[in-house]
Amino acid sequence: MRLRSLQIILWVAATAAVLAFAAVRWWPATDDTQAAASVFTPAFALADSEGRIRTTDEFRGKFLLVFFGFTSCPDVCPTTLSEVAQVMDDLGSDAGSVQPVFISIDPERDRRLGLADYTKAFHPAILGLAGSEAETQAAAASFKIFYEREADTASQDGYTMAHSPGLYLIGPDGAWLRQFTYGTPAAEILSDLQSRL
Amino acid sequence: MNHFLLAAALTLSAPAAMACETVAIGDLTVEHAWSKATIGAGRPGVFYVEITNTGSTDDALVGIATPAAGMPMLHETVVQDGIASMPHAMSIPVPAGQSVQLSPGGYHGMLMGLTTALKEGDSFPVTLTFEKAGEVTVNVDVLSLRAEGPDCADAGQ
Repeated sequence: MRLRSLQIILWVAATAAVLAFAAVRWWPATDDTQAAASVFTPAFALADSEGRIRTTDEFRGKFLLVFFGFTSCPDVCPTTLSEVAQVMDDLGSDAGSVQPVFISIDPERDRRLGLADYTKAFHPAILGLAGSEAETQAAAASFKIFYEREADTASQDGYTMAHSPGLYLIGPDGAWLRQFTYGTPAAEILSDLQSRL
Repeated sequence: MNHFLLAAALTLSAPAAMACETVAIGDLTVEHAWSKATIGAGRPGVFYVEITNTGSTDDALVGIATPAAGMPMLHETVVQDGIASMPHAMSIPVPAGQSVQLSPGGYHGMLMGLTTALKEGDSFPVTLTFEKAGEVTVNVDVLSLRAEGPDCADAGQ
């Protein structure tokens, strides 16, 4: 009977040791793998409203808050840009550390309609960019986002755009930090930014 | 009766903005009609409203018309698998005993072919056509580009 108790205790101890070893051996390894997979450096090289090419490199040292959209979008885009505008207002003296960027996924029409008029109506700090079709696709691919032109007779000019509606945060070193999904309140974005500044 | 309700609603809400008007037709009440300022007339405007069906029969919003836009249509913002798209809504159900909101991120009227830019503080009429209740016209307040909805004392938003 005494021996049996000892056996049980030893087995429990052995099992615990194996589990502890496994935890120490593999958990950090798994974490490293995930971290490595999620670290990437999105890049864009796109024209601003005055035709100057703007690149991610020139914003090193600042946080970038990037949104892909189109100016004929009546519902999703104004809602998100209003949130961004609110965040910029509420950042106060820290606003200089954050550059909000609106990347047009409908660049030809948006250049024609006026990009700067649109972004400035929400907030003067928002930089509007509209490149060529190929440059826009390259930027979207580097941010790992999706957009597509959809034929739709019930939309202006016979088409509309489907797109990833998130807001993307890029760190001062250029690395992707996180996404704020569509509908994230301005206050939540603000407190996330303030925790990093 | 309808006229009485309408008159009562208008009287009660007289000091508030027009977006806070309540207009009734049959068992439906239509309120909080608002829009956002646009940058020029080249981009579509938007139309939001709240409809309550107090009756026992389902109805549906099947169309909108306005002198402010040549091509007003009903749309719905759908976010599926991380992609936002904006399909045309043939009709928006207004089930018996329920409220339906056309609001940011969901159903909305898309006002294409604006006759003029919408400016904050302006208002314009929109006629809603319901499958059963028929037509009713509401005044739509143009709020700021960054507005999230009308500021009515009774607004549940």
